[in-house]
Order: sequence, then C-alpha cells, then structure tokens
Amino acid sequence: MAEQFKLVLKNADSPGYTPDMECYLKHGGYQALRKALATAPRDLPDGKKLSPQEVIRDDVKASGLRGRGGAGFSAGLKWSFVDRRSGKPIYLICNADESEPGTFKDRQILHKDPHQLIEGMVISCWANDVKLAYIYIRGEMPHGARILNQALREARAKGFLGKNILGVGYDLEIHVHRGAGAYICGEETGLIESLEGKRAYPRIKPPYFPAVLGLYMCPTIVNNVETLAAVKHIVEMGPVNYAKLGTPNNTGTRLVSLSGDVQKPGYFEIEVGKVTLGQLINDANFGGGLKPGRTLKAVIPGGSSSKVLKAGEVFKLKRKGADGQMTTVDVPLLDLPYDFDSLQAAGSMSGSGAIIVLDDSRSMVETLANLSEFYAHESCGQCTPCREGALWLAKGTHRLSHGEGRKVDAEYLLHIAQNIQGRTICAFGEAAAWPVLSFVKKFREEFEAHGAAAEAARKNSTSAGTHQH
Amino acid sequence: MSNAETPAPAPAGPPPVETLTIKVDGRTVQVPKTMPDWQGKPQATTMLQACALAGVDVPHYCYHPKLPIAGNCRMCLVEFGTPVMDPATRQPVKNEDGSVKIARSVLPYEPGTPRGAIGCATPISPGMEIYPNSPATKQMREAVLESLLINHPLDCPICDQAGECKLQEYSVQHGQATSQFVEAKVHKPKAVDLGPRIMLDDERCILCTRCIRFAKDIAGDDALGIVNRGSYNTIAAAPGMKFDNNYTLNTVDLCPVGALTSKDFRFKMRVWFLKETKSVCTSCATGCNITVGSREDTVHRYEPRENDAVNGPWMCDAGRLNYKWIHREDRLKHVLIRGQKSNWATALKELTAKLATVAAGSAAVIASARQTTEELYLLRQLAAKLGALTDSVPRTQQADRLLVSADRNPNSNGARVTGIATGELGARLPLIAAGIRAGTITTLIVFGEDVTQCGIGADLLARLELLVVSDILPNPTVAAAHYVLPGCAHVEKRGTFLNGKGRLQKFLKGVEAPGDTRPEWEFLHELVHAVTGRNGYTSMEGLFNQMAQDVPAFAGLEWAKLGDQGVTVSI
Repeated sequence: MAEQFKLVLKNADSPGYTPDMECYLKHGGYQALRKALATAPRDLPDGKKLSPQEVIRDDVKASGLRGRGGAGFSAGLKWSFVDRRSGKPIYLICNADESEPGTFKDRQILHKDPHQLIEGMVISCWANDVKLAYIYIRGEMPHGARILNQALREARAKGFLGKNILGVGYDLEIHVHRGAGAYICGEETGLIESLEGKRAYPRIKPPYFPAVLGLYMCPTIVNNVETLAAVKHIVEMGPVNYAKLGTPNNTGTRLVSLSGDVQKPGYFEIEVGKVTLGQLINDANFGGGLKPGRTLKAVIPGGSSSKVLKAGEVFKLKRKGADGQMTTVDVPLLDLPYDFDSLQAAGSMSGSGAIIVLDDSRSMVETLANLSEFYAHESCGQCTPCREGALWLAKGTHRLSHGEGRKVDAEYLLHIAQNIQGRTICAFGEAAAWPVLSFVKKFREEFEAHGAAAEAARKNSTSAGTHQH
Repeated sequence: MSNAETPAPAPAGPPPVETLTIKVDGRTVQVPKTMPDWQGKPQATTMLQACALAGVDVPHYCYHPKLPIAGNCRMCLVEFGTPVMDPATRQPVKNEDGSVKIARSVLPYEPGTPRGAIGCATPISPGMEIYPNSPATKQMREAVLESLLINHPLDCPICDQAGECKLQEYSVQHGQATSQFVEAKVHKPKAVDLGPRIMLDDERCILCTRCIRFAKDIAGDDALGIVNRGSYNTIAAAPGMKFDNNYTLNTVDLCPVGALTSKDFRFKMRVWFLKETKSVCTSCATGCNITVGSREDTVHRYEPRENDAVNGPWMCDAGRLNYKWIHREDRLKHVLIRGQKSNWATALKELTAKLATVAAGSAAVIASARQTTEELYLLRQLAAKLGALTDSVPRTQQADRLLVSADRNPNSNGARVTGIATGELGARLPLIAAGIRAGTITTLIVFGEDVTQCGIGADLLARLELLVVSDILPNPTVAAAHYVLPGCAHVEKRGTFLNGKGRLQKFLKGVEAPGDTRPEWEFLHELVHAVTGRNGYTSMEGLFNQMAQDVPAFAGLEWAKLGDQGVTVSI
C-alpha cells in the first residue's frame, strides 16, 4: 500500500508540535542554516572554484528541486537567471499567496512550522546575496501572518535573522506583507507590483523578467513557501540524497491537497511520482475512496486551473524501459504517477498539487460555471482577452447551468476560451481558459444535452403559450 | 595652377546605424537594431516598429510612441518565427533548399496552435520573421476586437469620437460583421465629471490606460487610475481628486475611443464636417503646432499637431481653448474714421496723405508681438520711412515644466529680428510715452495692443494729432483712435511666427474673416507701398520672400521651404 513520506511536514504533523522557536530548536531547527553558513568553497574538476554561496546554489540545482507553486520550473535554474552584475540589491520574495482553489498545503507550513520556512529563506537569501526579503502572504490568512511575525521576532532574538546572523557577518531582514485578497497577487509579477504598493497588474515579459527587473526594478527571486522549505532539507540531506527521493526529474517530496468527492479529503506529503492518482483517491492512507455508491466522473489534478481528466481516460506516456530505450505505454488515469511530467504528458498539470475529485453526482456544467465565476471575479482586467473573456465565460456557463442554454453553447464557450489562452500578459489567461476547454471538450455531450434541453423547454413553453390564446 | 587640390573632408554624417535583417510579410528588410523609446532613449527595435519601417501598419490601442509601453490591449499581437538553431553548433539549421529553417512560435502546451507576441514590446532578433497579415495574426486581431466590443455600448451615433475612433476604424478593417455575444452587457458609470474640462464615459472605455500613463508620466499629475476588477474595471480620478492640470485635454486626443471627451467640444460638431487647417498656437512663445478644426467659418476646436522639434504630440489646455474670442460678437468689423464707419479705400488714401507729411521723428509705432512676422516687417518698413520709434509689448508670466513658456507672446522673436523691438520688449515704451507728453511725438500707430495698459494712458492718447489703430477687439486705445483698421485673428490669415527657440513656423488660413476686416499684412502692404514708394508683393509668398532677403536671420528662406513644421533659424 502506498504511504505518505513526511519530510517537510515531518515535525508539523507530529503530536505536540508547536510553531514556536523552542519547539523548532528541540527538533533540530536552524542546524541546516548553521551547516549552510559553514559551507566550504568547492573546487570543480575544471579548475573553477565555487564560493560557499555558489555551492548552495549548485546544490539546489543538483537536487532537481522544481517549484512547488504551480509551474514546476527548476528552482536552481530560476536562481541562476538572477542578474548578479547589475550592482543593484537582489531581493527574495516568498510567495505565500496560496489561493488556487483546492490548494491548502502552504498554510500547513505557515501555520504549523513557520521556522522551517524562515530557515529555508535565510539559507536561500544567503546563497543569493539577498539582504532584504519579503513574505507576501494572502490577505485571507491573518492568523498565518501573526504566526510568521511572531516567528520572525523569535528568529531575530536568537540571531538567525537581522544583523550579523550567527556571527558570520551576514545581515538579512525579512518582512511579512499581507495581500488584500486578490488571486492575481499570486502571479509573481503581480505580486511584485502589489508589494510595491500598486495595483497587482502582472508585468509584460519582456522586458520585466523578475530575475532582472523585479521588485523596485531590481533582480528578484520569487519562490513558493514549499519550495523554500525544501531548500532547508536539501542543505540538511545533501542534494544527492534529496534527489533520491521521488523519481528522476521529479525529485523530493510534495504536499498534495485532496478535496472533493472522497471519503477523507485532506493534505498529504508524498514522494513525487511514487504515488498514483488512483492511490491518492482510493487508498486508506489517502483519500479513502469515493463516497458509498458513487463512481468517479473526473479529476481536476493540479488546482482549479488545471485541465480536467475524465474517468476512464488512458494516456500515452513515454517510459524508459529496462534496456534504457524509451517506449510509449498506455497508462489509465488512476495509474498516473502523481508528478510533474506524467500529468503534463496526460495533457494537464500537477500545478499547485491540488486534486479535486468529482463523482457521478456532479454536473460538469455547474462545476464549470462555478470555476468560471471564480476566474471572472479574479481577473485583474489588465489585458483585453482575459478581462472580457473571463466574464463572458462566466456569463455563458451561468446561463447554460440555469436552464437558459443553447446547443451551440458548447462551441460558443470553446470559441471564447480559445481566444484567451496564449494571448494574455500572464498565465491567468490559461487558468481561466483551460477549465472551459477541457470540460467542454471532454464532456461535450453533457454540455450539448444541457443546451438542447433548455431549447426544448423554451420551445414547449412558447407553443403552450400560443395554444392558450 | 598653383593650388594643389586638397581632398574635401568627408562629410561628418551620423555614425553608421547597426541593423538587423529580418523578414516582414515575406519581404527581407533591414531595420536599425535600436530605436528611440518614448523618452527618446535607444532601445531594442520592436516588432511593431520594424513593421512600420517595412510599411506595414500593426493595429494597436494602448501603444503610443510617446508613452511608456503597457502591452495591455493585445491588439498588436502578431505571429512570428525565429531561426531554428542547432544546439551543438549554435548555427541556424538549413532547409533542404538551403534557406534558414524557421520555427513559427506556437503555444508551448499546444504545439499546433500559433502563439503571437505583442508587437509593441517584443524586440526583434536576427533572422526573425514577422507575419503581420497571416491568418493566425488576423484571427488574433479579430478576437481582441470582439472582446473589446462585447461590452462596448456601440453608441456611435451620439458619440463625439465617431469618425475618428480607432474602435470604428479597426472594426472596419479587422472586425466581424456579426456578433455572437448573447449575454447582458456590463454597465458602468456614464458622464463622469473627471475634471473641469474632461467628461468620461466608462462604458466606452477600452482600458488602454493611455490617459493614466499620460497623466502620471507626461503631465506629472498622477490623478487617474483604475478601480474595481476584471471586466468591471473603471477609470477614475483618485478619491477626492479632480483631473485638473493644464494638459488634461491631451487625454481626449490620446483616448482611442469616445471615453474621454472634451467638455468644450462634446456634442458640438460631428468631426467629419470639420475642415482641418495646419496652424500654430498663439498663446505663448512655444508655438505648439496645431490643427484648427472649423466648419463654415466657425472654429470648433484646436488640436495639437505633432512636431517633435516643438511640442511633440501635446499642447496645453489654456492654448487649446484660446479660440473663443475669435467669434466674439463685439469683433471690430468696420473701418472707422473718427468714430464714423468708412471704407478701406478712403482710410488708406487719407492715411497715405497724412503719413507722407509727418515730420521725421514725430511718429512712433507700437506693434504687438502677436502680429505675424510679415506684418511686423511691413510696420518696420513704415517706421523707417517715418523715422519713427518702434517697440512691442512684453507678456511675461510663469513658465511650466512641459510646454508653457514664460513669454506669452507668440512672436517676440519676430519683433526682434524685424527690428520692431530690440532686446527686451517694451524697453522703448517709456520713451514713446515721454515723447507724446513732451509733444515731440504727435503720430502714433498701434497694432494689436491696448497701450493704455502699458504707460500710455487715454490722457496721452488725447494729445496725439494722429492715432492709427488696428485691432481685433475693442479696447480703450481703439476707442481713442482717429483711424480704426479692423484686423484678423491668425486663423483668418496666413503668416509666420518665430518662436522662443528660433523656430520659424507658418500657419494657414482656416476661416474667412468677418465684416470688412482684412488681414493686416494685406492693407499694410498697400499702405507701405503708397507711403514708402517701395514695390510690394500682393501675395504672402512674395511678401515672405522679400522679407527673407531683408531680414538677415531669414537669409536664404522661401515660403515654400518652411514646410508644415517650420525651420530653425539663428536668432
């Protein structure tokens, strides 16, 4: 039976664990920071010499750590893009604006083990010559902000933060900044604008790549909470051991948020790719299966913006055989390993690690209307396709789900969504379009039936009305 | 031949421009690697700029060459391709026929679907191919337009922008004939009083943020922003603030649709009835280039006309609205001799006779620096014949950081180069006043000024034997005149002004002058001819060219050489 693998949440989920400094230290806290600060320079085979900071950066790259926020981009590579020659300060921002519907994993760290995040941040900041860092926390998490501020005070008092950290002459300050309740603030350039005190309009890229022109037009690293927490473990375990967790190119552990029509919704930590979607839904260690008498209809595998997968779908995945040759194998939905690459190969994504399970009691039309309403509400409205398209989708799906649909609405919705994806300033365009594109394409008959039923009802009421007169 | 021929030094041209070779619409073009950004600083040339150089217009709303890039309208999305590079050799991969293999940009997650990039912000790269007219580009444009139109009120029949609206123009060029939108439209505030001169219709707004960027980055008045979210986004002035600086009306020009309208112009005239005349603003020494919009001899608006040597695309609100006096009811419309209506023939005949007998040194000429250079030149000819003292009247107020000059005369430099004034305008006015008081000056010729405001009061005017006044509107000096010669507003005649920086700019006639009024240069030329005996020219071109021969600063100039944007002369 598949099991959880507790690394990031190892302490947080142990009985009696509290988010204060004392408890953290008792569990070996800030030892990774001490280890990092004592890193020796490293000689490379080619004669180059890596500074201690470069060693940590190299280790993060070697660990294979991929961003846990949604895109799954290599964290080490992201750090390597930072412009270190501009002469400007380098900033690091922890993206704690966790707001993708279905996602409730970062808050586990923020609420239960804030020092783990802070330790990961201090290491990451030191490795990147960052003197000032921010934690941008979602406005709806005031409790998390209080816990973080308390933890930062404790860290300052203990010399893990502030001037001359642990006597090595390194200064770092971290501030908590609360958002005001907008999903778009999770988009890294929107977040940066918001942090600068402006409306969270994502920036156009080019030219505003955060690694070059980020916060206050200075080089900036934006990493997710879970990603930064993982950095602590990479230092602690060493990159080689960390990379042994999970599967090749999908290393380490991930927090998974499981919600929807399962017996035991909740969060779980798994080795990436070592557990399948089916196990996450059905195993007693995870979701515990569907509700009695229900059958699976669909899975939204990586947060509400990821493309829905239909029960019974079989995907072609490339696998490396015993002989080292790549072969294509058929993998049914429930056998998909829960990792970055498999979900992408299945045409969706593992995104923020949020799995939403839909059983046969769910109307796909109503579910989509719910999702589209969310994206219409959260579109920042900066660029035309998303601003106008997101609300158009919401209105269309609402109409269809309220008995005022038409048979052509399936095509109508596809048309609108296709004109959003790939045309916008930020990835919100995809987030708004993908649910529509995947729902309508995969459950077309349900959408058309909804529209046809409404058309028939209107026809009947019209003819009945004529008859009466 | 004793002189050995020395090789002529190579002309010191601009340094060679670094170029890139790209393809636009299948045509190979060489374009500069960098081009000026909105502040004039060199930046990597964008796809939109490259297309423009290749003669292909990429439609756009939010992009404006003189504003920071926003990239929000997505109208300039274009499909493009880049050379496929061999990762090992870093050399372009060739097709079988030897040509460079091009990879069209596609969605990373859907390789069959073309992906556009915004022309306004995407730099070109060597070997790039831009497809501004490909089916995919056209489809992207159509889709953006559709999005912009679904919540637009489509109230073109009552919209002031109609006829000069980018939403209309692009709908014709790139839009679709039918709409499939069946939902209820978003409703937003209408007739929002944004400031003393600006009215906003939020439903028409396409949220391109040109106005916001102009206010913040050009006018330095960060008064505008967006409130609400998504499709409910709405332009608004900051809470408790009015949009009220001296440049607000530029946002009406910038607004590509009918969202921002001028309170002065709205609902007054359909723009397609307006005749457009190239002219110059008279409100200060900057000489902003303008377009006069008129219909049937009525001026309806001034708009800035782009001239990077003077005003860029902007002008101030005060200058823009400074046209109402032209159609005032009390305009001087008749030739008056001692208060009695007369005619030009009689007045000029009598004046010729009188001026011919004026004793040398007993006359003075005060000519406004609002008169044209040609008029000032003619008055200087007359003054020379009479041995008259001449001067002009200064108008000095505070300058601003953008366009408004401290010198509120449009032609102070014209008064200087023609010799009407020397150095500081008005320096000789006390001399003239003293001369009148002492009885040595008995004849005064005044053009376009109320001299009672500058030390020559009604009491002094009463001592004169001959007071000749030409003006446009009544004033105490006109009231005291023996001869009143009604003149023209600058939109009623042609001429030139020499601005504060030595830019000589011509303006053209937009409307007919009322009543018996005549352009001053026309009757002056007759008078000066009659008095001095010097032959004149009956056309503006001839007059200007004669002036250019006489005035050293204008040496070598001809009317035809002035162009629409003027020439800079050394002053």
